[in-house]
Amino acid sequence: MQAPAHTRALIEIDKLNLYYGTFHALKNVSMEIPEKAITAFIGPSGCGKSTLLRTLNRMNDMIAGTRIEGKIAIGGADIYSKEVDVETLRKKVGMVFQQPNPFPKSIYDNVAYGPRLHGISGRKQLDEIVETSLRSAALWEEVKDYLKRSALSLSGGQQQRLCIARALAVEPDVLLMDEATSALDPISTLKIEELAQELKDRYTIVMVTHNMHQAARVSNQTVFFLNGEVVEYAETEKLFSTPRDQRTEDYISGRFG
Amino acid sequence: MEQSAVKGQKTNSKSAFMKPHIREEWVGRVYTFVCILVLIATILAIVYFVASKGLSTFITNGVNIGDLLTGLKWDPEGEPAVFGALPFIFGSFSTSLLAALIAAPLGCCAAIFMTQIMPGAGRRFMQPVIELLAGIPSVVYGFVGLSVIVPMLRAIFPGQGIGILAGSLVLAVMILPTITSIATDALAALPGGLKEGSFALGATRWQTIYRIVLPTTLPALLTGVVLGMARAFGEALAVQMVIGNAPHIPRSLFESASTLTSAITLSMGNTISGTAHNNALWSLALILLTMTFIFVFIVRVLERRNHR
Repeated sequence: MQAPAHTRALIEIDKLNLYYGTFHALKNVSMEIPEKAITAFIGPSGCGKSTLLRTLNRMNDMIAGTRIEGKIAIGGADIYSKEVDVETLRKKVGMVFQQPNPFPKSIYDNVAYGPRLHGISGRKQLDEIVETSLRSAALWEEVKDYLKRSALSLSGGQQQRLCIARALAVEPDVLLMDEATSALDPISTLKIEELAQELKDRYTIVMVTHNMHQAARVSNQTVFFLNGEVVEYAETEKLFSTPRDQRTEDYISGRFG
Repeated sequence: MEQSAVKGQKTNSKSAFMKPHIREEWVGRVYTFVCILVLIATILAIVYFVASKGLSTFITNGVNIGDLLTGLKWDPEGEPAVFGALPFIFGSFSTSLLAALIAAPLGCCAAIFMTQIMPGAGRRFMQPVIELLAGIPSVVYGFVGLSVIVPMLRAIFPGQGIGILAGSLVLAVMILPTITSIATDALAALPGGLKEGSFALGATRWQTIYRIVLPTTLPALLTGVVLGMARAFGEALAVQMVIGNAPHIPRSLFESASTLTSAITLSMGNTISGTAHNNALWSLALILLTMTFIFVFIVRVLERRNHR
């Protein structure tokens, strides 16, 4: 489960500082996130892990008073440079949220929403995208006969997999998962974890989790945050077996958090 | 068994625990019950009164109900008296529909601006201002209509300026705050996750507004429009001041017309209670009341759809 040594970094974060007004939310964060692997962000609530995740698809842009210093490059391109089109960036960097948020539309229209936004309107092409995306999200077998039914009729776990399918439908390179299983029951959580394992062969996955065991189970690389700083990041096995920093050891052994 | 146990406990502990609160509880319950009773009694009394007076046109005065609803001629003092209320019904429907058609897009767009484009200033400054508009007395709207809208229409279009269009414009301004504030509340109540989900897929703000925000809030927006229409339908004074009050169906928007409400307010003081003319006016009021119930019913249906 260890990240293969030859994997190259897809996302490079260099001396990133983020402020919400006067609050210094991320302090001098630097790291590399390897391609086609799962990177987990762990740490106690309010440590900045979700904030960092949301800088990767610039969802923080919508929060007034956010200021950013430093550099984030995805595939070598600075995503905060002036020429960057935020919509195109978000197409390449998909996101799944903590609360499943399917649109109040049919299952089909939920998955077709992204492709339609980006100009695909052919019926056959959309049918194909919907099927592949739902298959990738391990939901096809459960919903293939009910594609016209409202997405809100699905269970929480199914809704979350639908949101994953919806994100995959626009063919992203990166998939961000913001505590995507914290609102789900253990069985649905397990399904999403298995799904993440399958998807990492094709996508670069970055997940925020409040659940250390989840990070240990599914990720290749783990980053531990505390008070807006990266305390330690390493291959998951290393971080959990031989943490270098005392604070990391305290956290993973359950002494705080 | 459980019940009896609870009962036993109740009698035992009554003096220890229940006494201070049972009195308050009782007073509160009786007071609220009396209030709701007064309200229900008032509504029932109004419905009964209007219905008994309004129906006596058909029962005592022998006017055919079909003739009243479809008749084109209104000559209540003539020999013989003719009661054809279609011009008023037409006037009421056309002015309130037209007013809603003018005000709905304006109100919904203003709500979009206040909630989606500039949520900070929108909620803090613009919404209170718009709610203030709702409190302006209707006679002021009518007066402004008479001294601004009517001369303007007279200058631009043929005719005297008074008529359906003048009435609709005045009503549109009047119902704009109703539609805007209901639409604003509906848009603001939209779960934030839906918009985020759309943005995260690479949607622009406009794409998110017309593909997610508007379709999701449509039932609530329609509720605002129907409530606005209901208000327009029932408004008497402002319309009466600018519509011309001629009891026939106009052939253009700039010809004098009349509505159910303006017919009632203009003639009610000049008729003697119990006469056919007076009863016929009550019949018009009954039509208004029925329409109001229909509007409320539509709003209920829309709200139920909204909650699903």
